[in-house]
Amino acid sequence: MYDVLIVGGGVTGCAIARALSRYRLKVAVLDGAADVAMGASRANSAIVHAGYDCEPGSKMARLNVRGNAMFDQLCQELDVPLKRVGSLVLGFSQQDGKSLERLYQNGLANGVPGLRLLSAEETHAMQPGLSDKVLGALYAPTGGITCPYELTCALAKNAMDNGVEFYLGSPVRSIATLADAVEVETEEQVLLRGRYVVNAAGVHADEVSALAGDASFHIRPRKGEYILFDRAVSDFVQMVLFQAPTAMGKGILVAPTVDGNAYIGPTAFNQDDKEDVSVRPEALDELKATAALSIPNLPLSKPITLFAGLRAVADTGDFVIGRSEKNPRLVQAAGICSPGLSSAPAIAEEVVASLAEAGLVLEENPAYSPLRKRKKRFRHMSPQEKAQAIAENPAYGRIICRCETVPEAEIVEAIREMPGVPSVDAVKRRTRAGMGRCQGGFCMPRVMELIERETNIPMDQITKNGGGSRICVGVTRGEAKQ
Amino acid sequence: MSERVQVAVIGGGPAGLAAALSAKKAGAERVVILERDKGPGGILQQCIHNGFGLHYFGQELTGPEYAQRFVSQLEDTDIELFLDTMVLEVTKDRRITAVSAERGLIELQADAVVLAMGCRERTRGALLIPGTRPAGVFTAGCAQRLVNMEACLPGKRVVILGSGDIGLIMARRMVWEGAEVLMVCELMPYSSGLNRNIVQCLQDNDIPLYFNTTVTCIHGKERVEGVTIAQVDPATRKPLPETARYVACDTLLLSVGLIPENELTTPTGAQMDRVTSGAVVDEFRQTTVPGIFACGNVLHVHDLVDNVSREAEIAGEAAAKFARGQLPSGPRRRVLTSGGARYAVPQLVSEDCQELDLYFRVGAAFKPALVQVFQGDTLIKQQKKPVMTPGEMEKLHLRLEKGQGDLRLHVEQA
Repeated sequence: MYDVLIVGGGVTGCAIARALSRYRLKVAVLDGAADVAMGASRANSAIVHAGYDCEPGSKMARLNVRGNAMFDQLCQELDVPLKRVGSLVLGFSQQDGKSLERLYQNGLANGVPGLRLLSAEETHAMQPGLSDKVLGALYAPTGGITCPYELTCALAKNAMDNGVEFYLGSPVRSIATLADAVEVETEEQVLLRGRYVVNAAGVHADEVSALAGDASFHIRPRKGEYILFDRAVSDFVQMVLFQAPTAMGKGILVAPTVDGNAYIGPTAFNQDDKEDVSVRPEALDELKATAALSIPNLPLSKPITLFAGLRAVADTGDFVIGRSEKNPRLVQAAGICSPGLSSAPAIAEEVVASLAEAGLVLEENPAYSPLRKRKKRFRHMSPQEKAQAIAENPAYGRIICRCETVPEAEIVEAIREMPGVPSVDAVKRRTRAGMGRCQGGFCMPRVMELIERETNIPMDQITKNGGGSRICVGVTRGEAKQ
Repeated sequence: MSERVQVAVIGGGPAGLAAALSAKKAGAERVVILERDKGPGGILQQCIHNGFGLHYFGQELTGPEYAQRFVSQLEDTDIELFLDTMVLEVTKDRRITAVSAERGLIELQADAVVLAMGCRERTRGALLIPGTRPAGVFTAGCAQRLVNMEACLPGKRVVILGSGDIGLIMARRMVWEGAEVLMVCELMPYSSGLNRNIVQCLQDNDIPLYFNTTVTCIHGKERVEGVTIAQVDPATRKPLPETARYVACDTLLLSVGLIPENELTTPTGAQMDRVTSGAVVDEFRQTTVPGIFACGNVLHVHDLVDNVSREAEIAGEAAAKFARGQLPSGPRRRVLTSGGARYAVPQLVSEDCQELDLYFRVGAAFKPALVQVFQGDTLIKQQKKPVMTPGEMEKLHLRLEKGQGDLRLHVEQA
């Protein structure tokens, strides 16, 4: 019997798992996908929002501002990059000036520190290359950037190290509520019993909630599409650039990533399909045209990829967090759209409090360590550190991904430590192998060789991303390996 | 502490091997090749088809056979081959930092450096093809490695975008391995591949080649299920929506261009050519940074490996001379292009250079083509050729008068 079953292995579910792992509890995370961070957590804007745009008094406002303040410690403990690059909301007209003023007042009400309204001159001085139509901005020094899938993987790893178990690759099919427990069954007929269930199921959170007897909200996916640029041409933006919200929409961001790339996006397209993360052909022109309002000289000839993610937007207009009114054993962490990443550590804190309120006994786990200890990434090492690392483990001297300088040692470590079945993209999310400008053209077969060597999964059975995403469909010579 | 070498060659593919051998023949003392793969030969290792060496060796070889000719010669020399070694940095002072599992952190101080890192393939991301991101989308060279080196079949119903040579070769290979190749789509009205490959790989296997056609969307959640293809307006290259159609397939191979891998070159400050995406070089294949040379596909994308070997020999010999202080360093004049000439290599020529092989490509098909070379305003060479296409690299032998004044290569419809 588990104390808590968490449905959903995104940043929210993994943050909750880690927060619970500091207590003497038996906790499991379930996810239908083959890895953690497979929903919105792997495809979003990667921004730690300051928190000025949420409605004052909303859960979003409170948890975003609180979450933002928790990020420094979180990222330090987990060795995840965080850069407080600051954000600007750009204004292009007098009308926009009013919007910025309103956001500023919102921010004050929400308790966002350090907000400042900037003149045109101050704005252009802070971020060169802006359109000369930019007349001013709202500056938020606490706005930052992180890496959402790296954060999620790190949360999961730290939770695992502290005893949390992961059941990946099989979606939840039913939830039965008993007098003193819940029984969660997956499609592969894994049956887990827990005292409480936490719903952190992203776009599927309404379905999971309904399985547990609470159909009080609906979730509609809102697609966000992005263009990511080559690092070699990404020095055109240093801060997170928003556009003043207008009747035309929320605008398109131009922002740097912690890994030195830049992107434009997201779009905001409402759809019913909860799986469709395709980039619509028409999104490209919209992205290019709207982003160019902020920065006219975008390096549009040097993209490295397109991607899309789905925001889990609840019809309540706010996060759905806390104890279910319909099921005493269900705690919600649902409707986590933007600013979900920024709020994740605060959501976890709140969910733990709700579980305690529902009767979960929280007793400190003396073995708990908040630290994800790992070796410094090879690409960040000094020459002396590199020499030392190779001397200790020669696999550091074998570079598998040339674009991102990822050695075999880091790939092997990722393969051995991941919670699910290793796939090429699961390695990519943890090591950056394949994220560079050649997009795995060089290193993918080599990563596959390492997966085969480490796991004995035959080369032709290795997947891109779990499920039916086999990279090869058979062998050309010899017998198919068993 | 960095070790001193006379000539360091970065890359052990066809260019690097030929450059190292020629540096050795020209008298260089310590020559080192740094190669990232486990064996020498570069991309030739996976090019198991024949067609290599007709010009250089006068006989038809497979890729591994072609490479082996050079590797065998290497074995008779004291050239050092560092395998499984990745170069991380080259400075303008020719200090090289590399790593390998066997040797750890390697620091070399070279008297001359030959850059021979080859090229990489353009990706789906660089083309901004919308749709999903399933398994089954490969660059042609990546698929080639999976088939020829890993014995894996990347797919069974294949659409190929781009008619570059690797795509054409892979069309035939996939058919031979039992897959169905439905079509090759080419955005342009001509192929960027060799004519012999269009005949032998496509026509001989009844694979249609659709010009002015591109892939506009990729479908399939986990594995490719199909692609949308559309004709493009020949003037704007924009897809024509009314021509869009769905093609069911499980694999999309991309052969949409090669990009010289100059990540190590640019930090040296070497001037780059925006058309070739390689360094600007003189007739010795010396970049604008003294003592740093470049050859092969890192300099400009070649059609035939035979041309790579010849170019690498020039670079290797010159690097050896530079290392011994014997390379002339007089003023240079430029080689400009006009009309249909897309680029020319070398881009610089010494004022006292008397003979020169000029390599170039055209930007569109010319039937027939008129090629002219001017020195200053004087026409110094004129020649007609029945056909010139962008897929084939052209060579022109020039005798030059000593003196100043830029050279200009001009191509037009004859």
